[in-house]
Amino acid sequence: MMAYVMRRVLYAIPIALGVSIVCFSLVYLAPGDPLQTLLPEDASAETIEIVKKAYGLDQPLPMQYLIWLGRAITGDLGMSIATGRQVSGEILKALSNTIILSVGAITLSFSLAFGLGIMAGYLHGRWTDRLLTGLAVVGVSVPNYWLGIVLVIIFSVEYQLLPATGMGPGGSGTFNLLDPAHLKHLMLPVVTLSLIPMGIITRTARAAVAEALNQDFVQTLRAKGLREWAVATHVVRNALPQVLAVMGLQFGYLLGGSILVETIFTWPGTGFLLNKAILTRDIPVLQGTILVLAIFFVVTNLMVDLLQTAVDPRMQRR
Amino acid sequence: MPHLWIAFRSFTRTFFWIGIIAGWTLPSAHAESVLRVAMTAGDVPITIGQPDQGFEGYRFVGYNIYDTLTSWDLSKSDVAADLRPGLAISWEVDPKNPNRWIVELRQGVKWHDGCEFKAEDVIWNLDRIANEKAPQFHPKQFAMIRNRTDNIQKIEAVNDYKLVMTTAQPDSLLPYQLSYWFMVSRCKLEALHYDYEAFQKAPSGTGPYKVDKLVPQERLELVQNPDYWDEKRIPKHDRLVLIPMPEATTRAAALLAGQVDFIEAPSPDTIPRLQSAGMQIMTNGYPHNWSYQLNFVDGPFKDIRVRKAANLALNRADMKKLLGGYMIESTGNVLPSTPYFGHPSFKIEYNPKQATALLQEAGCYPCDITFAISTSGSGQMQPLPMNELVKAQLDAVGFNTKLDVMDWNALLDVARPGREKSPDTDGINISRALQDPFSALFRHVYSKQHAPAGSNWGHYTNPAVDALIEEIYATFDPEARLAKLTKLHEMMVDEAVMLWVAHDVNPRALHPRVKGFVQAQSWFQDLTPIHIEN
Repeated sequence: MMAYVMRRVLYAIPIALGVSIVCFSLVYLAPGDPLQTLLPEDASAETIEIVKKAYGLDQPLPMQYLIWLGRAITGDLGMSIATGRQVSGEILKALSNTIILSVGAITLSFSLAFGLGIMAGYLHGRWTDRLLTGLAVVGVSVPNYWLGIVLVIIFSVEYQLLPATGMGPGGSGTFNLLDPAHLKHLMLPVVTLSLIPMGIITRTARAAVAEALNQDFVQTLRAKGLREWAVATHVVRNALPQVLAVMGLQFGYLLGGSILVETIFTWPGTGFLLNKAILTRDIPVLQGTILVLAIFFVVTNLMVDLLQTAVDPRMQRR
Repeated sequence: MPHLWIAFRSFTRTFFWIGIIAGWTLPSAHAESVLRVAMTAGDVPITIGQPDQGFEGYRFVGYNIYDTLTSWDLSKSDVAADLRPGLAISWEVDPKNPNRWIVELRQGVKWHDGCEFKAEDVIWNLDRIANEKAPQFHPKQFAMIRNRTDNIQKIEAVNDYKLVMTTAQPDSLLPYQLSYWFMVSRCKLEALHYDYEAFQKAPSGTGPYKVDKLVPQERLELVQNPDYWDEKRIPKHDRLVLIPMPEATTRAAALLAGQVDFIEAPSPDTIPRLQSAGMQIMTNGYPHNWSYQLNFVDGPFKDIRVRKAANLALNRADMKKLLGGYMIESTGNVLPSTPYFGHPSFKIEYNPKQATALLQEAGCYPCDITFAISTSGSGQMQPLPMNELVKAQLDAVGFNTKLDVMDWNALLDVARPGREKSPDTDGINISRALQDPFSALFRHVYSKQHAPAGSNWGHYTNPAVDALIEEIYATFDPEARLAKLTKLHEMMVDEAVMLWVAHDVNPRALHPRVKGFVQAQSWFQDLTPIHIEN
């Protein structure tokens, strides 16, 4: 097991390095440069050169990458060109806000979706299965930003039950998970964000359970006289690795923050941060955020792989 | 037992009277009056002097925390806002030397940190945005304001409240440029050892508000400055909360849900809903222009007949209907209420037959043109449907219009280098602020402003216009200057230097409890008179 873990960790290093090169260079491929948002249109050539030099943008690209990488390894992701604040601080704060939202969305979507998926798999072919599958397809197909706006219109505007925006009455600095008034701010974005993962996981769980049910060992267990709930335990355990893999991916996506959902609800997470950085071409923030999120994704998938081997020891021997 | 009852009664009576007396004599606690504003900005504008987030940063942060030497009179809604004294009470050019300005400063002004504002502070602030070797120099601040102050060669203090500013070239419009340059406290920044990150959270200016709390990306809370030098502009509310909310639907929802009291730029289709909920919708003309800058070197717009044809092809009344009535039809580069509008001889009106005739006369029929446009952006209003309508109207008279759609930043990337880098682009759709004569007129037509040196994207060149602009720079008498500015505007319209479409009316929505707001004809607004009714 330890050897497997070490092997996976070692594989992650070149992946992270490759990700860093892609993160760094990708932002330069998009049209527009950060100076556009800094400088007025009629800035003189001299002004442009002074500002370029001040922000290190006059260096050749490979040199900029090496300087950036050297700092990134020590945790210094540079300064935001737009705000003058430390990028690492901005990302950490945004990430912690997105984690709150993601954990809420995951808790809601995974628990519901897994249960519904198992039900659909067990009642495969019946109207319940068709209904749940249909709901899952709707969940995946409906644009979540549209749903967010509709939820705001119903619950915030028409019935004034829940707030429309923001992370708590006083912002993220005073956000308190134990305070119902603050929790209300979480509800609409969590429901909106949970829709797509719920749809995907329901369908994955349904397919995995249906496949497991068709396996010979299920017939054997029933023939041995095992009660149905005990058989179900074995079925679910066999279906779990597939579902875990998908859950891991979904968790990674959620941690990346949804630009659209966070913008609609003005939730100060990584999606909101990325949106702002894209619009202002704030290259240090873009590079730092994409790198951190990519590494998070790599780590999350590593954790999922390890969890899968714990659930299904056969995977370790492969 | 009776004696216990008597004792209880006398205690009760005693406390009753204590309560009555306390209620009359002790100061009563009152709920803080809070004005919560939802801005279109994607982030809280920076607070270290020159704000970012465009003119919204100036409007909500710059002019609230800081002051400028000259300022804007934002107290009236029926006339275009013009300059008034700020930290400078007077400014005059030396009659013997047009490069020399004598500026008298306001006395008794205190920074938020308690230090006194003096002439040396202005000199220190110039180094902050001009002298790379100064410890207070900040490259981003330099980038943001230098183009307005680069004509200032030096500033010298005659005494604590009098300055002499020397310019490289005569510039009668210098007072307008000074109105964009915010003064930052030297005391505070020096005390923080020039740590701008710390200064951001607790900046010090001389403005009507002080910063109480900054939550990056989420909110900026300002409290009134009770010692503000202009007593009439001490805020009539205790706290101003600024919240960035870039999505228009979210802003409308937040207002309807009672989370905010004042929103910027509701989209036209949400306005009826806001009105039905009792919200106040405020609009007013302001110096904004939604137009196309044209390519005068490559392509068909070299020919004045083609430019006039494009202007005559547009049915601006239809555009107004598209926007639910929320625009003013362009009849020139500036609003007709602008003092230097004048009487151009070319009438910008809807005349499709004349448009077609002009195209045929010019030998450009059909006339292929390409416009670079954006999907959104500061002041761009509703760019996609508006451009679709413009295209349809142009094509109806004989143009063959192609729209090259890109995001806002990419469009700025086309605008900045000028037409040379985009010879196949015949026009760019970038809205412009027309706040002062340089911004409204000069930068579009002066040959020294040919992009990338300035905003004259299409390289319009006219020696008569250049000569007139140079005369205006050297004309310090306001009436004589106004006459020349008027002539310049008339020349611009007669030459059809742009394709003019609309002026925005800057819609805002306010909760019924928000009172006292006067919407100025300006990109900037004064929130200090606002009071919140219970």
